[in-house]
Amino acid sequence: MSSIGTGYDLSASTFSPDGRVFQVEYAMKAVENSSTAIGIRCKDGIVFGVEKLVLSKLYEEGSNKRIFNIDRHVGMAVAGLLADARSLSEVAREEASNFRSNYGHDIPLKHLADRVAMYVHAYTLYSAVRPFGCSFILGSYDEDDGPQLYMVDPSGISYMKDMTCRELVKEVAKIIYIVHDEVKDKAFELELSWVGEITKGRHELVPKDIKEEAEKYAKDSLEEEDDSDEDNM
Amino acid sequence: MLGESSIQPEWLSEEVKTGTTIIAIGYEGGVVLGSDSRVSAGASVVNRVMNKLSPLHDKIYCALSGSAADAQTIAEIVNYQLDVHSIEVGEDPLVRSAATLVKNISYKYKEELSAHLIVAGWDRRAGGQVYVTLDGLLSMQPFAVGGSGSSYIYGFVDAEYRKGMTKKESQEFVVNALTLAMGRDGSSGGVAYLVTIDQEGAVERCIPGNELPTFFDQ
Repeated sequence: MSSIGTGYDLSASTFSPDGRVFQVEYAMKAVENSSTAIGIRCKDGIVFGVEKLVLSKLYEEGSNKRIFNIDRHVGMAVAGLLADARSLSEVAREEASNFRSNYGHDIPLKHLADRVAMYVHAYTLYSAVRPFGCSFILGSYDEDDGPQLYMVDPSGISYMKDMTCRELVKEVAKIIYIVHDEVKDKAFELELSWVGEITKGRHELVPKDIKEEAEKYAKDSLEEEDDSDEDNM
Repeated sequence: MLGESSIQPEWLSEEVKTGTTIIAIGYEGGVVLGSDSRVSAGASVVNRVMNKLSPLHDKIYCALSGSAADAQTIAEIVNYQLDVHSIEVGEDPLVRSAATLVKNISYKYKEELSAHLIVAGWDRRAGGQVYVTLDGLLSMQPFAVGGSGSSYIYGFVDAEYRKGMTKKESQEFVVNALTLAMGRDGSSGGVAYLVTIDQEGAVERCIPGNELPTFFDQ
């Protein structure tokens, strides 16, 4: 699918003859090449999991977080350029804060996703700036509308996507462990967060003991699969 | 009018106030708002049939009191802001949003404005709610009264209000309160306007003076 747009790919304000904006597509590559971020919706909440690649042994555990809190009730997990993602999380926080100031209540998730997507899209229109090189997943839970999940990608589209939260945490950990490619990247740290009935609608990092239980479950199931692979050989 | 063309009648230079009685009460499943209809400029009644219950959205109304111009303008601005907001968010606005918008204007311009709006309505999250926005504060209450006529009925409403009234009882409560206030306050009078808001929508009603309940002195 990769094609070179020689000459038409130098700025976001240029279309190629076949109607593509290459700068936006290259931005999406930055996301494809980054490590995995997952958000899953279950019947009583959302769980986020991120495969956080550890670039140096000198980094402290828990540094360079890739899951952000936007207001109390919204979580954001990112993939792609972390610096771009951080600046977008500030944008999302400001939107949520202004909404609360003007209207007196929590910002509805769809509205927040729309507003941030509009912002991301604006950066795909001009040659003076470059598109954001990150996608992110926004998730929230409230009593009336239940759990909701939205995704925004560098082109500025936002779009929407059953277990309980408690069980789902283990499955998300397992997915991240499976997806992690041991050959390509060495060490990684698992970052897990959730928002749902279990946290009364507040987005929080998964508590240490539950996270350790989930990691143990993930590692155990990987070993089982490794064992069964050996049998086949 | 007496041949002295340079002197205008006093009432032209008086500020036009809706010296008023307004009241709003929440019941299980909705709210009832009520107001009188007198607009005075000094001692003159410049409008005896004004409806002081102004729609902010389909199921959110506000009751106007204080300076007529200030109150009407705030209501118009918030009506516009709620229109835009409900389209952006894709659903009916919350009563809390409407009240916050009114409060933001009232607070920001509190030195220049002299109006008190009671905001009441129904939304799907919290049902019927009544908010008070006097001077820029925001407070949700089971019921609220306002305007010059409200001073005369505090005792009545405090004694007669009960939690868990039905729609009909709430409407009677409002009509009685308005009648008593209009009977004693010189700046309140005319007809009584009622708006009942619930999940189905808003229903307006006008009760002319001769159909209002009578009390001991009538």
